[in-house]
Amino acid sequence: MRAYLLSRLGQTILVVFLSLTAVFFLVRLGGDPVLLFLPMDIQAKDLNEFRERLGFNDPLAVQYGRFVGRALHGDFGESLRYKQDALGLVLERLPATLWLAVAALLLTFCVAVPVGVLSAVRRGSLWDFLGMGGAVLGQAVPGFWLGLMMIYLFSVRLGWLPTGGTGGPLHFVMPCVVLASFYAARMARLTRSSVLDTLNEEFVLTARAKGLAERVVIAKHALKNSAIPIVTLAGLDTGQLLGGAVITETIFAWPGIGRLTVQALLNRDFPVVLAAVFIFSVTYTLINFVVDLLYGWLDPRTRAGARA
Amino acid sequence: MRKFVGRHGRGVLGLAIAGLAVLAALGAPWLAAHDPVQSDFAAGLKPPGTPGHPLGTDQLGRDLLARVLYGTRVALFIGLCCVLLTAVVGGLLGLLAGYFEGWGGTVLMRVVDVQLSFPFILLALTINAIVGLGLRNIIVSLSAAGWVVYARVVRGEVLSVKQRDFVHAAQALGLGRARLLFRHVLPNVAPSIIIVASLQFAQFIVAEAAISFLGFGVQPPTPAWGSMLSESRDYLYVAWWLAAFPGAALALTALGINLVGDWLRDVLDPKFRV
Repeated sequence: MRAYLLSRLGQTILVVFLSLTAVFFLVRLGGDPVLLFLPMDIQAKDLNEFRERLGFNDPLAVQYGRFVGRALHGDFGESLRYKQDALGLVLERLPATLWLAVAALLLTFCVAVPVGVLSAVRRGSLWDFLGMGGAVLGQAVPGFWLGLMMIYLFSVRLGWLPTGGTGGPLHFVMPCVVLASFYAARMARLTRSSVLDTLNEEFVLTARAKGLAERVVIAKHALKNSAIPIVTLAGLDTGQLLGGAVITETIFAWPGIGRLTVQALLNRDFPVVLAAVFIFSVTYTLINFVVDLLYGWLDPRTRAGARA
Repeated sequence: MRKFVGRHGRGVLGLAIAGLAVLAALGAPWLAAHDPVQSDFAAGLKPPGTPGHPLGTDQLGRDLLARVLYGTRVALFIGLCCVLLTAVVGGLLGLLAGYFEGWGGTVLMRVVDVQLSFPFILLALTINAIVGLGLRNIIVSLSAAGWVVYARVVRGEVLSVKQRDFVHAAQALGLGRARLLFRHVLPNVAPSIIIVASLQFAQFIVAEAAISFLGFGVQPPTPAWGSMLSESRDYLYVAWWLAAFPGAALALTALGINLVGDWLRDVLDPKFRV
């Protein structure tokens, strides 16, 4: 178990380090951020002084070395726009994104798993047709369009929900539904096919032969054994959920890291972009780690100790 | 007949919808009565059903129908370019990495792992923000973010195909590496490439629209669905049609292509999972 944890930690560090390096070089290739932050009529002398002060005049290798050294201490520099510590700025926005992601994930599970299981159990029924039709449709409808249409219906026409921002529980409704829509569709389809696969297994037949109630067979035997692909997808999708948050947060003016990242990219505020990339990749690898631990619980055959 | 509908019904429906999109893209100049970028301030924000403007007009008086039709062109063009680019580059790298299991392949797969550990849309967005805006750059950005899926899938397939007897037989016959790789291995991994391509197609189109929606990617006045939706946000209170029609066109196109992709997967390889 210890060796496993250590190798996992090594992997995490590698992923975080490589993604930061890639973004660092991409950013430096992308042009001069200093030009964007100074008035158009600035003198060449002042421009150079500004570059010197921010360290943009040093060779790329030196800049990179300095960047890595500072990043190890959690220092990504100061936001060019907010004049504030970049990592602090990102961390400040993290809870809003996490709350939204957790709410969306819960909603996804609560909708997708029952729909998927019912569609599998009543295969070929009207319910299956409607459930899977809805899922195929949900996968095709882009979140940002759904968001706009919901704002039009529920905020502009009906006036039931706020158009954006944070405040009460009502502010959660639309961002949460939009963020969950795509993932719920995928998860419902996967749940259905996964449950269908397990229903053909012999242990399900055994459970039925024992005379267990159909409800118990489905819930305890079939569902728990179909959970692995579902949990994998949930883990993979949590990363994509963070990506989806970028769009959802922008539509609903949600003060999370997604919106901050888009603004930072638009303003070429690179310290903030780098800090956000750092947080995104750390969060994502952590989630995958949790998913791996969940496997062990769901399927004892995959436990790290059992393999060795 | 019933069996055919059950097995191929979705595919036929998908092909019909996708076919309509292709028709709209190719026939845009004949189907649209107006120039998509020609503004007419006197006729601004007319609702759908206005004579001469079946879907209404936008804030500059441009015909919405023409813009949606030309938008199909932009979307399909970008999707097609990205799919071709990623299939060729990712497929080739995957083929080589799977066939010559050297250190190069290992490094490549590490890069793939790292890249896959990052949300696709965020990656494409970041690359696009850095390399710059416009049609060509959005294609480059989406392709740079998307090729890894092919590399991984194709490498895995090649690893198993090259253990099969016919490959050994071809080797024993003294075939050259290039001929072996492209004439014997490639045809056997082609179904996977086709499946991934069809499933990625819609993803590229939606991602392009999302990126243009956020203010990157394709810029106005080019009639791209994403930037049209972005502009429509300012007029949501007065002109719902500006948001409704481009988005519906996008969702319908994605639906058609996804249905075709699902169907291809079922027909070619039911066990396939991306």
